[in-house]
Amino acid sequence: MGILQILIVLAVVVLLVKPLGTYVYHVFSNEPNRTDRIFGAFERFIYRLIGLKDRSGMTWRKYALTLLLTNIVLVAFGYAILRLQKFMPLNPNGMDNMEQTLTFNTIISFITNTNLQDYSGETGLSYFSQMAVIMMMMFTSAATGFSVAIAFVRGITGKGQTIGNFFEDFVKAHTRIFIPSAVLVTLLLVALQVPQTLHPTLTVTTLEGTTQHIAIGPVAALESIKHLGTNGGGFFGANSAHPFENPSPLTNVIEILSMWLLPASLPYTYGLFAKNRKQGWVVFSAMMTLFLVFLTTVYWAELRGNPALSAMGIDASQGSMEGKEVRFGIPQSALFTAVTTAATTGSVNNMHDTLTPLGGLVPLAEMMLNVVFGGKGVGLVNMLMYAILGVFLCGLMVGRTPEFLGRKIEPREMKLVAVAILIHPLIILAPTAIAFLTDLGQGSITNPGPHGISQVLYQYTSSAANNGSGFEGLADNTPYWNITTGIVMLLGRYISMIAMLAVAGSLVRKQLVAETIGTFRTDNTLFYAILIGTVLIIGALTFLPAIVLGPIAEQLKLG
Amino acid sequence: MNKTASLPEAVGGASYAGIAIRASVVFILLCGIVYPLVCTGLAQLLMPDQANGSLIRNASGQVVGSELIGQKFSDPKYFQGRVSSIDYKAEASGSNNYGPSNPILLARVQASIEAWKKDNPDVPISELPIALLTNSGSGLDPHITPESAAVQIPRISRLTGISADELRKLVDMHTEGRDLGLFGEPRVNVLKLNLDVQTLLK
Repeated sequence: MGILQILIVLAVVVLLVKPLGTYVYHVFSNEPNRTDRIFGAFERFIYRLIGLKDRSGMTWRKYALTLLLTNIVLVAFGYAILRLQKFMPLNPNGMDNMEQTLTFNTIISFITNTNLQDYSGETGLSYFSQMAVIMMMMFTSAATGFSVAIAFVRGITGKGQTIGNFFEDFVKAHTRIFIPSAVLVTLLLVALQVPQTLHPTLTVTTLEGTTQHIAIGPVAALESIKHLGTNGGGFFGANSAHPFENPSPLTNVIEILSMWLLPASLPYTYGLFAKNRKQGWVVFSAMMTLFLVFLTTVYWAELRGNPALSAMGIDASQGSMEGKEVRFGIPQSALFTAVTTAATTGSVNNMHDTLTPLGGLVPLAEMMLNVVFGGKGVGLVNMLMYAILGVFLCGLMVGRTPEFLGRKIEPREMKLVAVAILIHPLIILAPTAIAFLTDLGQGSITNPGPHGISQVLYQYTSSAANNGSGFEGLADNTPYWNITTGIVMLLGRYISMIAMLAVAGSLVRKQLVAETIGTFRTDNTLFYAILIGTVLIIGALTFLPAIVLGPIAEQLKLG
Repeated sequence: MNKTASLPEAVGGASYAGIAIRASVVFILLCGIVYPLVCTGLAQLLMPDQANGSLIRNASGQVVGSELIGQKFSDPKYFQGRVSSIDYKAEASGSNNYGPSNPILLARVQASIEAWKKDNPDVPISELPIALLTNSGSGLDPHITPESAAVQIPRISRLTGISADELRKLVDMHTEGRDLGLFGEPRVNVLKLNLDVQTLLK
């Protein structure tokens, strides 16, 4: 039953890749199509409201500039609201203003689509802040990431000087994708018992006559966009393990599909833009292969359980249940873990800190590679970066100028690709090392031995990958952690985004090279293998030593 | 020539900033205010029970909690839920997050086992399911596994005088299957089960 329910979810994803990928293509190809009739008028109204008269394409520099400008303005508004939430409306539980470094961390966390949470929603945010800052940024950061991915794809498949209009992409991502799907999923979740109310915390007298205070709020509206936008920040501290956020296995499946379907469909969209669907399927298959390896590992590791507990003579046949919920059991927990770190959502329905060492290695490794589906768009772009790197390596081996989609890959592009790929390990491993060298960093570790190393490594990996899940045991609400992870999230998001847009801007201007018999093809099984190989080799070279010190050492210790 | 060419460029920069500010305001209103309020309105109108926390009432009509949120049962006459490091205090949520090799975790489980031996002499620890000894992720898990309910029947029967058969029937009645017969795990809602135990006790 465990394997069957996982397979059914996988089958649904595979079946929906084509229709959804086609829909996304039609949204952003900017050619007239049926959906214009539904959304066209509303979009024109928004264009008028924001004063967008000229919707012509932008060069990559303008695209990056307008993206950064918009994000900066959103940051300014969000920061102000959190720092002043005491004076804002809709604060029935009387929340105080948020502390300065925590606000810094929170705002960066949400604008970068990371959703690392050093605060706890029940005790730190008013309903107004949950809505106007958290939910708002869940939409806008997802739309930003989505726009970049589309612009990148236009750059490597199109021709000319421009890669699209950022404002137009940004608006359409909201109106045609995120807002309608969020309303739909919200209503589905409410029907399945996720609360959606503005009432303050409930107080009830329990069956045994004691008093229980139950935190509640507009949960469903946040829950839907949290997954659709691969954001991951929970309404409550326990995130999707909390029964109000995720009351049943059915809501669990809906949340998994919500976060997975769009990232899984994007490779198909890319194939349509490239006018060669096989290109898309190659990328999708490489992602799915890596995903299946990770999913199998975590499922097997959690089912096998914690040897230290099994040794106590109890009935441990269910697997490792510490930090997991009964309604999900091992299969729905393992699947959620594998998907949430693949799609860089970072919501959790079980506590990753309590996973068995090999089980905990899976989310860590998925975030380190950062190409297994990936969050709103970013995963596809990362994978395409590896594709360019793969083409380059093959070109070196046969002594030909490498080409990708009929464009010559030259030093400028390779330098940018190298920056985009290498920034990721750099901003994970360097701060991890620094944290171990300082008392401020070490002081927050709550588990002894190699597991403590995993806690720190996980925190920075999650920040750099803009994932936002945590080994939550880490006592991370200190100025040290708030500021360092804040910086890592910023660098992880914007350096790679700008490098990606620059690559796109440079490729879009290239002369197309005619395809010959000698052209190295990127739409076949051979390239699929090369792609996986490139990802694994780079990943292993950069991260293996750190992984050996953390999860692998702990596993050996446990036996 | 150069001057006139650079002029629209500069105007472009300024107008981009203007669009960025206006777009931010529009989407803060649309996604941060209109969207959640419309959702709240629809949810309250169409599905008020679910939208307000699925509250549960006892026989006399008083609210005794939410069917989704676990409660602490300190009286051994009742079925016990899972370990909760926050003691089922639902104004917060979460767990201790002990890693699998953490000595505190091992000590806590060992202590639970000793307590079990004392309160349940009839059931050997080899039948004691791991779900009953482990902290749930939320600390608010409303469910236990059917096996975790079954092993508590001898104790409750002994303490309350309700026959084991009757308790077994209650547990069966409150065992929820997998969703759509497929997803998740079979489970027993502890609060609903104990409400029926309470009725029998009266």
